[in-house]
Amino acid sequence: MNPTDIKNPEYFHKVVDCQYACPAHTPVPEYIRLIAAGRYDDAYMVNWESNVFPGILGRTCDRPCEPACRRGRIAKGEEPVAICRLKRVAADNKTDISARLPRIPEQKNGKRIALIGAGPASLTVARDLMPLGYDIDIYDNQFAGGGMMRSQIPSFRLPASVLDEEVGYILDMGVVTHFNTEVTSLKSVLEKDYDAVFVGTGAPRGRGLNLPGLEEAGKHVHIGIDWLASVAFEHTSSIGKRVLVLGGGNTAMDCCRTSRRLGGEDVRVVVRSPFADMKASPWEKEDAMHEGIPIYDNHVPKEFVVENGELKGMLFEKVEAQYDENGKRSLVPTGEDLVFMEADDVLMAIGQDNAFPWVERDLGIEFDNWDMPVVDKATFQSTNPRVFFGGDAAFGPENVITAVAHGHQAAISIDLFCRAEPVTNRPAPMTNLVSQKMGIHEWSYDNQVENDKRFVVPMAPLEETLRNRKLEVELGFDLSTGFKEAERCLNCDVQTVFDTPRCIECDACVDICPTDCISFVENAEEPELRTRLSAAAGNLAQDLYVSTELPTQRVMVKDENVCLHCGLCAERCPTSAWDMQKFLYSVTKAGQ
Amino acid sequence: MSYQLPKFRHPDLPVNALGYTRADYEGSISTLCAGCGHDSISGAIVRACHELALEPHKIAKLSGIGCSSKSPTYFLGKSHGFNSVHGRMPSVVSGANMANRDLLYLGVSGDGDTASIGMGQFAHAVRRNLNMVYIVMNNGCYGLTKGQDSATADAGSASKKGDPNPFSAIDLPGLALQLGATFVARSFSGDKGQLVPLIKAAISHRGFALIDVISPCVTFNNNPGSTKSYDFVREHAEATGTVDFVPMREEITTSYPAGRSQEVTLHDGSVLHLEKLAPDLDPFDRVSAMVALQRHSAEGQILTGLIYMDKDSRDLHDIMETSRRPLNSLVEEDLCPGDKVLANINASLR
Repeated sequence: MNPTDIKNPEYFHKVVDCQYACPAHTPVPEYIRLIAAGRYDDAYMVNWESNVFPGILGRTCDRPCEPACRRGRIAKGEEPVAICRLKRVAADNKTDISARLPRIPEQKNGKRIALIGAGPASLTVARDLMPLGYDIDIYDNQFAGGGMMRSQIPSFRLPASVLDEEVGYILDMGVVTHFNTEVTSLKSVLEKDYDAVFVGTGAPRGRGLNLPGLEEAGKHVHIGIDWLASVAFEHTSSIGKRVLVLGGGNTAMDCCRTSRRLGGEDVRVVVRSPFADMKASPWEKEDAMHEGIPIYDNHVPKEFVVENGELKGMLFEKVEAQYDENGKRSLVPTGEDLVFMEADDVLMAIGQDNAFPWVERDLGIEFDNWDMPVVDKATFQSTNPRVFFGGDAAFGPENVITAVAHGHQAAISIDLFCRAEPVTNRPAPMTNLVSQKMGIHEWSYDNQVENDKRFVVPMAPLEETLRNRKLEVELGFDLSTGFKEAERCLNCDVQTVFDTPRCIECDACVDICPTDCISFVENAEEPELRTRLSAAAGNLAQDLYVSTELPTQRVMVKDENVCLHCGLCAERCPTSAWDMQKFLYSVTKAGQ
Repeated sequence: MSYQLPKFRHPDLPVNALGYTRADYEGSISTLCAGCGHDSISGAIVRACHELALEPHKIAKLSGIGCSSKSPTYFLGKSHGFNSVHGRMPSVVSGANMANRDLLYLGVSGDGDTASIGMGQFAHAVRRNLNMVYIVMNNGCYGLTKGQDSATADAGSASKKGDPNPFSAIDLPGLALQLGATFVARSFSGDKGQLVPLIKAAISHRGFALIDVISPCVTFNNNPGSTKSYDFVREHAEATGTVDFVPMREEITTSYPAGRSQEVTLHDGSVLHLEKLAPDLDPFDRVSAMVALQRHSAEGQILTGLIYMDKDSRDLHDIMETSRRPLNSLVEEDLCPGDKVLANINASLR
């Protein structure tokens, strides 16, 4: 293999698994260390810079970082650091941070931007562009900002006060809001001579199931996201005693748990796929089951059963999943009798789609075969250079943190576009690599690896939370548990940096490394090299760090996979050929 | 400074026939200087014992005084240990071995502990063919007292702050050969590929097995001008051959080139494969081994690998015809069989 180019910022970035997996590339270990140090304001601001909604995401994020967390790989039964809930610790314990928010110039730059939809993508664009002096108008059909975070995420997971606070930080920068305003024509917006228009309208159309009996069952069958919005806006305050929720995603979990709070006693989730294949995050499934909601998997809905014009229940066909050699799944009926389940109400949470009936097709915006706008994956520009898309509106339903990442990139594009620069001129990330050496065998980070198991977030008593739809279920970590959970972080951003000319090949690092990451071997092509190491490097998703050739014609090879970042290689190195260096990677924002 | 190893190990660590991973043979975290060769030797001992699937409670590790003699703390944390007086480890092993011949005795010593204060004890352990592995962590200096030249420092070699050594060196393998040692090897802490099979072979050998391991002292004796530095040893080491050790319970799967390779079955059924590189050495001939050692030394080379082995070695217990059962397991009825037996003995003498 060729020597690893550690000057390429992506190499060390990839070692920080959590940050690499995060769509917004939030510097996770950095803020976790700040939490451990009790610097909650600083931890909050590191988050806010990167993901804009630390308090909201600290409660609701899809957490792509956690399955990626190295901690979850270093031993059987070891779970990832509770990254998401640590973010909440920072948000819950911060003081007034308003003085640390960016200054908004009084002298504007003369450019006007329209944001359609006031969800996380649009708000992120506003966050990035307001400090640069843009005039921004935001349009939304709801009465306040937040988009799906307000209409679809129930209050028992995300209290309105948290949402209002973080949406407020952005709107208070002087964004001109046009709430309760349904945009029915993009053309009319473009005619207002905005310098650029950003479309962040989400994926607002919930899918339904057209099964026999639907028409008669009519008013007792609801589309999940519409029903959640109707609850959030207090148009709906009750539901029948027996509720069937169709679907296996997070919306289904929110629907069933909300039903339990509005009078549902026998609430069931019924899903076509096997339990393990459900789209919902594992923790959301757990939370639903904790509230006494059973999940029936492998049941395909067949028919609404209606008697005398009244919904009685539904019929389901039992199936089993079979996978062909390509892993493609088919649901094959087991041949058993159809299963009848009683229901007073049925909630359909089986997916949502984009819908752009309000975008005229003669505005130069190309649409593809699936009736989705053609949007550049890097610049978020549509084929009409003045119109940008982001969030679920760009490429279909994802999640809040992805919408934030889109918003940052779209803001860069809009800024470049308004300054008449090519939008393809993407700025390089800001990186910094600093030795953590404080003296002989002393590091400026806590390199001891804690043995604690992942801590569980305490919850409010079930009987209370089921009585009050707005009572937050999770209480969040207290300070001492938050500290202990923060200490579980391995500090993967503190990189093991190897300086070949200093190495005397004494093997001290090989001998001390608790997880056998380091080997000195003859070089070979990667597949062969992976088998030659102290411990075979079977995780192909993790890179090998290869040095230039040493005097004995060997190379140093480090398998990044289960490195504990404990610093022992550097402590035992007599010549400082190994050093522990903190790598900070931050995605460059508009105007930086 | 870290005082504890993290508890986490590579999740795919191989387990041996006893179900143990290498971690089960480790000791506490080393407090020796960073980069000390001794730590590599500790690592090699851990690997050898793990790969041989030795039961940790059937090993006794013994040492004297010095940096080398601290190192038993850093390996085999679940085995018996004895830190003796300076240079007196062989006496303690002799006593222990007499009392319980069923344990594996792993003696660890240094150049001072062996070639200076412990010289007398060393010599007698060799000539009695005491069944033990005797590893010398040889760095040519007194590291624990700031790096003075030791008795194994080569003439003309200079440590970090010192003048060239004016005295001639004690060559431990040469000395051991002359004293009648039945297993003599030399190796280098920076070459585990060679050291690990040598340790395994030494463990399987019945009798006194000396491995003189050159182990650079990074703090006081790893400078230009020293003949025990990493660079010097790498440049001047000449291997007698490669050694591959196949424990008794394993099948031989590697194929060895005909002609140059030799196969030796040890007393416990293990097999040693030697691939000869030095054409002038017959490792089963004492005179050839002594000549080869002297010649390489005269040419400024350090001969490493297996230097001599007596395939028919008889250890101290064989020579003295002691009881097969360990003495410490003999109870009063075994030792005092009663009047009748005594009467028989007396009758036989009349």
